Amino acid sequence: MKHILAAAMVTLGGAAFAEPNPADWDAVLKEAQGEIVYWHAWGGATTTNDFIAWVGERVMNDYGVALEHVKLTDTADAVSRVVAENAAGTDAGGAVDMIWINGENFIALKDADLLFGPFAEQLPNWELVDAEGKPVTVDFTVPTDGYESPWAAAQVVFIYDSETLSEPPTSAEAIAEWAAANPGRFTFPQPPDFLGTTFLKQMLFELVEDTDRLQEDAGDDYAEVTAPLWAWLEETTPNMWRGGRAYPQSGPRQLQLINDGEIDLAVSLSPGEATAAIANQQLPESARTFVLDAGTIGNASFVAIPYNANAKAGAMVVANFLLSPEAQLRAQTPEILGYGTVLNMDALSAEDRAAFDNLELGVATLSPAELGTALPEPHASWMTRIEQDWRERYGVAN
Amino acid sequence: MRTESRLSVVPALTILLLLGPIAAGLVGTVLPAFGLMKVGGGGSFSLEPWHMLFAEPGLFQAAWISVKTGLLSTLGALVGCLLLVAGWQGTRTFSALERLLSPLLSVPHAAAALGLAFLLAPSGWAARLNSPWLTGWERPPDLLIVGDPGGWALIAGLMAKELPFLMLMALAALPQINSRERMQVVLSLGYGRVRGWVLVVLPALYSQLRLPVYAVLAYSMSNVDVSTVLGPTAPPTLAVLILRWMTDADLALRGIGAAGALLQLAIVVGGIALWRLGEIAAAALARRAVESGQRSAGWRDQTGRVLGIVIAVLAGVSILAGLASQAVWSFAGRWRFPDVLPAQFGLRSWERHGESALDVTLVTLGLAALAAIIALFFVLGCLEAEHRRGRSMGRAGLLLLYLPLILPQIAFLPGLQILLLQLGAAQGFLPVLATHIVFVLPYMFLALSGPFHAWDTRYATVAAGLGTGPEGVLWRLRLPMLLAPILTVTAVGMAVSVGQYLPTLLAGGGRLTTLTTEALALSSGGDRRAIGVWTLALTAAAWVPFAAALVVPRLVYRKRQAMLHG
Repeated sequence: MKHILAAAMVTLGGAAFAEPNPADWDAVLKEAQGEIVYWHAWGGATTTNDFIAWVGERVMNDYGVALEHVKLTDTADAVSRVVAENAAGTDAGGAVDMIWINGENFIALKDADLLFGPFAEQLPNWELVDAEGKPVTVDFTVPTDGYESPWAAAQVVFIYDSETLSEPPTSAEAIAEWAAANPGRFTFPQPPDFLGTTFLKQMLFELVEDTDRLQEDAGDDYAEVTAPLWAWLEETTPNMWRGGRAYPQSGPRQLQLINDGEIDLAVSLSPGEATAAIANQQLPESARTFVLDAGTIGNASFVAIPYNANAKAGAMVVANFLLSPEAQLRAQTPEILGYGTVLNMDALSAEDRAAFDNLELGVATLSPAELGTALPEPHASWMTRIEQDWRERYGVAN
Repeated sequence: MRTESRLSVVPALTILLLLGPIAAGLVGTVLPAFGLMKVGGGGSFSLEPWHMLFAEPGLFQAAWISVKTGLLSTLGALVGCLLLVAGWQGTRTFSALERLLSPLLSVPHAAAALGLAFLLAPSGWAARLNSPWLTGWERPPDLLIVGDPGGWALIAGLMAKELPFLMLMALAALPQINSRERMQVVLSLGYGRVRGWVLVVLPALYSQLRLPVYAVLAYSMSNVDVSTVLGPTAPPTLAVLILRWMTDADLALRGIGAAGALLQLAIVVGGIALWRLGEIAAAALARRAVESGQRSAGWRDQTGRVLGIVIAVLAGVSILAGLASQAVWSFAGRWRFPDVLPAQFGLRSWERHGESALDVTLVTLGLAALAAIIALFFVLGCLEAEHRRGRSMGRAGLLLLYLPLILPQIAFLPGLQILLLQLGAAQGFLPVLATHIVFVLPYMFLALSGPFHAWDTRYATVAAGLGTGPEGVLWRLRLPMLLAPILTVTAVGMAVSVGQYLPTLLAGGGRLTTLTTEALALSSGGDRRAIGVWTLALTAAAWVPFAAALVVPRLVYRKRQAMLHG
C-alpha cells in the first residue's frame, strides 16, 4: 500500500521549494528528512534490485529518506519522461528524482539543460573518489561537470563456461574463428540494448586501424573507419546462436543461455557479475571471465538528478551514500553485486582500506592487474550511428 | 422520483466512463501522427511522421507478423473450441475439460507466456524430458523455436490462452439457442456429431460468439505482453515497435509511434473485415453442405472430434505445465540442461523476493478491487435502469461495450499518455484506475447481465404487493439473492485488472508497479527464479478473488442453502 500512499502524496504536495545547495550539507540533510526519492533504475537484474533495496533500508535508517526503486526496462523511459515533463511545463515536482544513467542518455539530458547541479563534486564523500584513476569525470568523452555522480566502475569482460570452452578466444579475430568452428555457441544482446552496442564498440576498437580516431566525432570517414567491423559481422553473424536470426534481449538473458548450455560466451560490463551469478545459482560453478588481449572498454555507472526532481536533497543524500565506503564495499562484494569501486584506496581510513583489501574477489573475478587499464569509451556519435546501421543490416534481417 | 432520475443518468455516465479515455486517447494519437500537438509545444500539419514511419526498416515485416499471428491464432483457437464443443458437449470428458480450462481464463497473458517460453525452448522442459535418452542431446540444439521469425511460438501461445475464453463464451451462449433440441433433430437424421453441430448449432451460436471472436482477433493482432515473450525480435510485431517508439528518449519518435498506432488500428479494422469475409464464405460453404445432404457420420466425424480434444488438451496442459515450471523454478537451486528437475530445492528465491512480491500483490489487488467495485456500481446501475425502463440494451449498446475490447490498446493508450503529459496531469494511481475501469467494466457487464436478467421477477411482484418499493426490492431482494454471481463477476473484473499491462505502464508513467509490469520487467532479464516467484504471485492474485467468490456465499448463506443457487 505504501506505493499508493506515496503516489497520493506526490499528487497532493506540489509546492515549489528553493533549490537545495549541496555545499550546505547540513541543510541538505535536514531537507532530505522525510522525502521520497524515486530512483529510476533498470530493474532487470535481481542482484542490483536487491542492492538498491538495501540502499533504501540504509538511507531510511540513517537519514529518514524513503527510496523507491522505479524498475525500468530501459533507461530511456526515464529520460523521455523528464524531457516530456519539461515540454509540458512541469518544472517542479517531477516524477523522476534520480536516474541510473550514463552515456548517450546523460548527454541527451545534459545538452538539453535538464539536469540539476553541479552537485557531484560537492558531495561530502567526493573526497574519497578516485577522480584521477577511474573514468568518473568523463562519460563517453563528454565531461560530467558534476552533473552526475559515479557509483560503480565498469569494464567489459567476457563470461564463459570453462567446462565447455577450455581456451576462450581473446581477440575479435579469434572470436570469429572460434564461432566458425563452433556454430551456434556465440551471441550478444540485441542492440539497442546497451550491452549489445557496447559489444559492437568493443569489436570496433579491436578492428579499427587508429583507435584515437574514435575519441572524436564520427564524421565523413565513418563508413571507411567502420568497414572492418561490418566485414567482421558479415563473416560471424551466420555462425552465431540461431544463425543471427534472434538475439537475447538483455545482458542477463545471456547468463541464462550459458546455464542452459545453449551458448558458451557472454559479454558483460561488470567484472564481478559472473561470481555473483554463480553465488546466485544462475551460472555453473565452472564459469570464468577474461578480457581481450588488446584490453577492453571501461566506463562508470552514474546517478543524475533531473532539474525538476521533487526530492533533490533526498536524491543527493542517496548519491552521497552510494559513495560511502560501506555501500561501495557492499557493491564490490562478489556474491552481492561485484561492481568495481570508484573510491581511491589511499583516501580511505586504514580500517576501510583493510576491509577492501580483505575482500575475496571470487572465483570468476579477475584481479585489477588481470583486468588491465580500461580503454576509453568512443565518442557517443559512433555508437548512435553503429546502432542505427546494425539495426538496418541485422536487426530486421528476418 | 428522485432516485429514478438519478438512476437514469447512470447509463450515460457509464458511456462517458468507457468512451472518455478512449476518445481522449484517440485524439492524442491522431494529432501527433499528423505533426500536430508535438510534445515540446507547437507543431503544424504535416505528413512527416508517416514518411518517417514508412522509412523505418522492418516496418512491413512487423506489420505482416502482426496480421499473420493474429489471424492464425484466432482461427486456431476458434476451430479448436468449436470442434471440442461440437464433438464432446454433454459428455463426461467435456465436463472434465471444462473444469481444466475454466481456471485458465484468469491466468494473466504474461504469466501464461512466460511459462510457455520455458516449456518450448530447445533447452526447455519438453526437450529436457526427452534428453538425452531419446534425442541424444547432451546440449540443447540450436533451434529457433521461441521467438521464431515466422511467429509460430507466438501463434501457439495466443491459441492456448484464447481457447478457454472462447470456450466459456460458447458455453454461456449455448443454453440460449436450444442447442440440445437442435442436436437431437440432426442426430436423428443420421448426421455425424460434428458435422450436424456445425450445420445446425453453429450458425445460431456464432452470431452470439461473433463479438468475443473479434475481441480475440483484435487482441491477438495488437498485443504487447505475449509478443515480447514469445514473438520474433528482428523485427518484433508492430505493437512492440510502437511501444518502443513511444517510450524512447527521443521525443521526435512519438510522432512515428502515433502514426504507427493508427496503422495498427487500420490493420485491426482490416483484419476484422477480412475475417467477416471469411465468415460469409464459410456460411456459403455450410449452405452447400446442407444442400448436399451428406451425413459424414464415420471416420471424418471421429477425426474432427479427436482433433478438437487434442487441441484443447494441448492448450490446457501446456499452460498448466508452464505455470508448474514457474513454480519449480521459484524453488530451484542449481538447475542445468538436461536435468528435468533442479539439482537442489530451496526457499531462497521466496526469501529474497517474497516480501516485495507480497507488497506489490497487495497494491495490485487493491487497485483491482477498487476498479472492480467502481465498475460493479456502474454495471448494476445500468442493469437496474434498463430493468426499470423495461427495455434491454440494443445492438448499439452491445457494440459500445465491446469497443474497449476490440480497439487495440496500443492505438489509444499512448495517445492518452501524450495527452496526460501535455496537460501536465499527474500520472500514477488515478489515471491507471480510470483506464483499468475501461477494460474491467465491459467484461463485468457481459458476465452479470445474464444472471441479473434471469432473476425471477415474481419475487419483486410479491414484495411490491407487500408494500416494498423498487429500491427495497433491489437492495433487500435482488442483490442479496444475486450475491454469488455478483461476487464471481467482481472476481472476473479483478482478474482483468490484474492482467492489464499497457494501461498500467502507460497511464502510470512507470510510477505504479503491479505484478504484471514487474513480471514483464523481469522477463527482460534472465532470472527464472525471480520470474517464477512473480508469475506465481501474479497467477495467485488473479485466482484469489475467484476463490473468495466461491467461499463467501457459502459462509453468508450457510443457514440458507437454497440461496446458493438463487
